[in-house]
Amino acid sequence: MSEFRFAVNVLPKPGILDPQGRAVESSLPHLNVTSVSRVRVGRRAELTVTAGTEAEARVVVDGLARELLSNPLIETYAIELLEGTSSAISREAPAQ
Amino acid sequence: MKVGVVTFPGSNSDVDALNALAVAGVDPVTLWHESPDLEGVSAVILPGGFAYGDYIRAGVIARFSPVLRGVKAFAASGGYVLGICNGFQVLAESGLVPGALLRNRSLRFACRVVAIGPERLDSPFTRAASGAPIHIPIAHGEGCYYADEATLDALEANGQVLFRYVRNDGSPAIDPDEAANPNGSLRAIAGVCNAAGNVAGLMPHPERMSEAILGTDEGMQLIRSLVESAADWEAAGRPATVAGPTAGRAAPATDRAPAAARGNA
Repeated sequence: MSEFRFAVNVLPKPGILDPQGRAVESSLPHLNVTSVSRVRVGRRAELTVTAGTEAEARVVVDGLARELLSNPLIETYAIELLEGTSSAISREAPAQ
Repeated sequence: MKVGVVTFPGSNSDVDALNALAVAGVDPVTLWHESPDLEGVSAVILPGGFAYGDYIRAGVIARFSPVLRGVKAFAASGGYVLGICNGFQVLAESGLVPGALLRNRSLRFACRVVAIGPERLDSPFTRAASGAPIHIPIAHGEGCYYADEATLDALEANGQVLFRYVRNDGSPAIDPDEAANPNGSLRAIAGVCNAAGNVAGLMPHPERMSEAILGTDEGMQLIRSLVESAADWEAAGRPATVAGPTAGRAAPATDRAPAAARGNA
């Protein structure tokens, strides 16, 4: 078994009102920033999965992302494998 | 007759709901979030508050709690379930009622008395209502009702919209930015029910204005509706199907689909 470190990035779906994004935009004039627009604010979770393969680990992450970390009615998510983690950890803990 | 109120870690309106039920003349029962056993109650209220701290999204962690397994089975067997405020958020996250509750359009936590109008008086959750606007409090940061246009059309066609925020003259506060619509809810929707008609959620708190000593007892119309419906359900021998809002109407709107059927961009 190996450990795989992932990030799950969740964002409001395009077209869904994003009050946090709007709040950030409304603060931009106070920073004298005029070149920024279309701000969307989401959330990011990082997690480690112990699994035989990266594909197996991704199935677990995908299920969590869909069921818990995002609400598919209003949000989208993207899964990111954080670099270097799986090979480094699998050397420390070789498969039985 | 016993009616249950679930207590989650972070619930804060559970005791108010228990009190309102006692005023309505039934035995109120506290249901603990760690047990799926509903103790034979005839109806269930998911109360207001901040279940599990509202972490990730309001209601989503409660969705996976043991008591929700019992609540889902109870709802599937025809029992009446009412979610109030955070309880509505739990029902929406669980897919037991359609739609989602987004952060208030104003970005502010909204805490004041609002007026809601019952859309129909023949539903299990409004049968004891007078039909006049009901003045009860809201207290939420995420109450902006959202569903896509097709779902909203289907909810209206099926009679699943139970309450809307209304203006002083009783007309619905359709503009999401107008003062009478406290959170920007689409089509001014304050409460909906599932296609079967036995599970409903609303953002305002009927239990917090359920006795004259609390200011008014206008909210008691909704508590009484639930109690009467539960009593009829018991008297009929707990039928699995109730006379839902879709009876004799077009195809029901789909509630949040099971995980396997849900896509994700």
